[in-house]
Amino acid sequence: MTDILQLLVYGLVLGSVLTMGAIGVSMIFGILRFAHFAHGDFMTLGAYLGLSFISAFGLSSWWALPAAMVGMAAVAVFIDQVLYRRIRRTQPVILLIASFGMALILRSLVQLIWGSDNQTYASGIQFPWRLDWLGGLRLKPDHLWIMLISLGLVASVHLFLTRTRLGKAMRAMSDNMDLALVSGIPAERVIMVTWVIGGALAAAAGVFLGIDTRLHPMMGWTTLLPVFAAAILGGIGRPYGAIAGGMIIGVSMEMSTLLIPAAYKPAVAFAIMVGMLILRPQGIFKGTV
Amino acid sequence: MSSLLEAKGLYGGYGGADILQGTNLRVETDEIVVIVGPNGAGKSTAMKAVFGLLRIREGEVLYRGEAITNAKPEQMVRRGIAYVPQEKNVFPSLTVRENLEMGAYLMKGDLSKRLDKVYTLFPKLAERRRQQAGLMSGGERQMVAMGRALMIDPQLLMLDEPTAGLSPLLIDETFERIKEINAQGIGVLMVEQNAKQALSIASRGYVLATGSNRHEDTGPNLLANPEVAEMFLGG
Amino acid sequence: MELTGIASYLVSFLTFAGVYAVLALGLNMQWGFTGQFNIGIAGFFAVGAYTSAILTTPSSPAYLGGFGMPFLIGLLGAVIASTVLGLVVGLITARLRTDYLAIASIGIAEMVRLFVKNEDWLTNGVRGIAGIDRPLAGIALDSSFAYLVIVALFVAGVYFLVERAYASPWGRVLRAIRENEPATAAAGKSIAGFRLQAFVLGSAIMGLGGGLYAHFFGFLSPEAFMPLYGTFLVWVMLIAGGSGNNRGAILGAIVVWGVWSGTDLLTGLLPSEHATQAAALRVLLIGVLLQVILVLRPEGILPEKPPKLIAKKR
Repeated sequence: MTDILQLLVYGLVLGSVLTMGAIGVSMIFGILRFAHFAHGDFMTLGAYLGLSFISAFGLSSWWALPAAMVGMAAVAVFIDQVLYRRIRRTQPVILLIASFGMALILRSLVQLIWGSDNQTYASGIQFPWRLDWLGGLRLKPDHLWIMLISLGLVASVHLFLTRTRLGKAMRAMSDNMDLALVSGIPAERVIMVTWVIGGALAAAAGVFLGIDTRLHPMMGWTTLLPVFAAAILGGIGRPYGAIAGGMIIGVSMEMSTLLIPAAYKPAVAFAIMVGMLILRPQGIFKGTV
Repeated sequence: MSSLLEAKGLYGGYGGADILQGTNLRVETDEIVVIVGPNGAGKSTAMKAVFGLLRIREGEVLYRGEAITNAKPEQMVRRGIAYVPQEKNVFPSLTVRENLEMGAYLMKGDLSKRLDKVYTLFPKLAERRRQQAGLMSGGERQMVAMGRALMIDPQLLMLDEPTAGLSPLLIDETFERIKEINAQGIGVLMVEQNAKQALSIASRGYVLATGSNRHEDTGPNLLANPEVAEMFLGG
Repeated sequence: MELTGIASYLVSFLTFAGVYAVLALGLNMQWGFTGQFNIGIAGFFAVGAYTSAILTTPSSPAYLGGFGMPFLIGLLGAVIASTVLGLVVGLITARLRTDYLAIASIGIAEMVRLFVKNEDWLTNGVRGIAGIDRPLAGIALDSSFAYLVIVALFVAGVYFLVERAYASPWGRVLRAIRENEPATAAAGKSIAGFRLQAFVLGSAIMGLGGGLYAHFFGFLSPEAFMPLYGTFLVWVMLIAGGSGNNRGAILGAIVVWGVWSGTDLLTGLLPSEHATQAAALRVLLIGVLLQVILVLRPEGILPEKPPKLIAKKR
């Protein structure tokens, strides 16, 4: 029983990471109509930006988070302006190819700048709390923080989307691009904000992964598949669905280790995704198809 | 004194052959102007061209005497021109109120006065302000769409087939609302399939065929014109 | 000595380019003809390569088989295995929009890689399969040049096949689907059916490419099937050469393989302690090359020149 509870905690931690990535993927899809294949490498680059920041100023691990989010938001907007914007008027699938190429560019940049070895934010092992009232469940402080901060970020995104003019405009554009233009909603500004949020959340996912495990140039690419699975499960183009999708995929992946070798964790995400594509391609909640 | 809107000799289309073949349109401040014509005559195309949604290759559009040819929709809205497309004219996942807010995205300051004005015209929208627009009936959605356009306090309201797919009762009501809107001093330019009814409330009408003007006259005169009657009004 | 060195480099270069040309022709079937976005090329490539390796190598206790079969049986097996995989993926995705296929296809490639890496009984895991012979091994005719000729024959054969398919009524329907799906559906064509056929045929060709690779390189390990080598280069090749144009696909394979090999010579000048950096730099350059092509010349070196459709649809 404690085992299952323990895996549930790990699953929720992983789910938090996936949710951060999936919200961005979902939003970018909603506004720009393409699956952003560089999102995993956004996570990687964000994590490394955080690493450079804390080592430059000698700060503790968690300072990597704000630095990475700000840095990656800027990088995302930059990439959009330099590359994606130029090919936006052609078919969305060209953007898909470009983002795939961008994934490799970012990854090789990370390898060039930071090298290919594993790195960590902080050395040493963190001792978990033992929660006797929960059957001796072990909970690392870092894990608790990852879950709480994700919750906070999700709530902020929610408030932004429902309470601010720009957030509502973003939902409007995702709903009906033509009508948004006709209403005078400035598309380019909304697109820019989409990249700011997408980039910042991807960076958060990257830092969470880095704090939970380690930093590696492939860390984002190998997480991309579960992130997409989460976005599809939630209904691609639906940021709220992405939260549910992220948690379901994260928990399923961790729970699966009870039954199958841990190396096949990504296969679980993939299997859920394929099942979803067959049975209900519009997502659990109806997505933009 | 220049007209509210004047389009002269428009040529253009969706990138291929020109659909508009020298279309002319004019709307005065106090008018309801109706464009009728057979399917494929370029009625909706003409509206979109005027609003800057497709490229005008030749000809010009004047708004209060100022050239706005091929201006972006955003600039049209800033000048006080609002446009309601025929289909997909609401944001389905947004609430009624949010739909209206999006109409006034470019307007600065407090929106409550603008909202009140729309709610007065369409009391039903006030009742349903928290409902998702996508879950509403066709008639209600049309109200949301018109309400959204009115949020900028437009000088010119452009409607593309506002009664398409509505029941006869709702069609009557829609035309009543359009008359009320016009009575507030807003010029209306609309494309309509229900030619007979539309022309009966129109100040003037245009009959388009294959992208160019076939007839232009006051509403009653067009209704009385036997050629027009035979062509489009089903005798 | 110098001359033979250059000659053998050239033979090896052209053989690689030939293998990639086969993959690019397979992708052209899927993307160029039908607009299906497969970025799991590495998966089909790997399945083809491993199938042929297992079928043709001498018996080994370390992995399944080998069965010591002849080269052509190995290739046939490669084609059949990748056809089956293509059929499974295609059946799931033929009805879905491009983005879902793209996502599903990286999933497939990743699953194949995980499987190859972890199922030692079948593939010998990370230790890989060695000793995959060239088809003429043991005969006097055997040489790397002879294998180049064999690869070239396969490229020519595949080219002939896909070119025929492209010009046929079947190919016309594929292009019609790509250009205007609703109109083609309205004309009574089963969109999903045609898509599936093109996808499976493309997958089969990729499997063949995998088989050819196995017998050229002689050694297989999961590392060879990282998304980069299998998938990304093939995409750059097809887009650079000209999507939809079979000659463009072959030309793109030669040109891009040339650029890729050229960057190897270039980064080879760096001191050896920077070897990993050098590899990353090469990928970076190829990635930038792709973006430049997409922005400046998305139609490629040889743009598609479709035979006239009877009624041009708008």
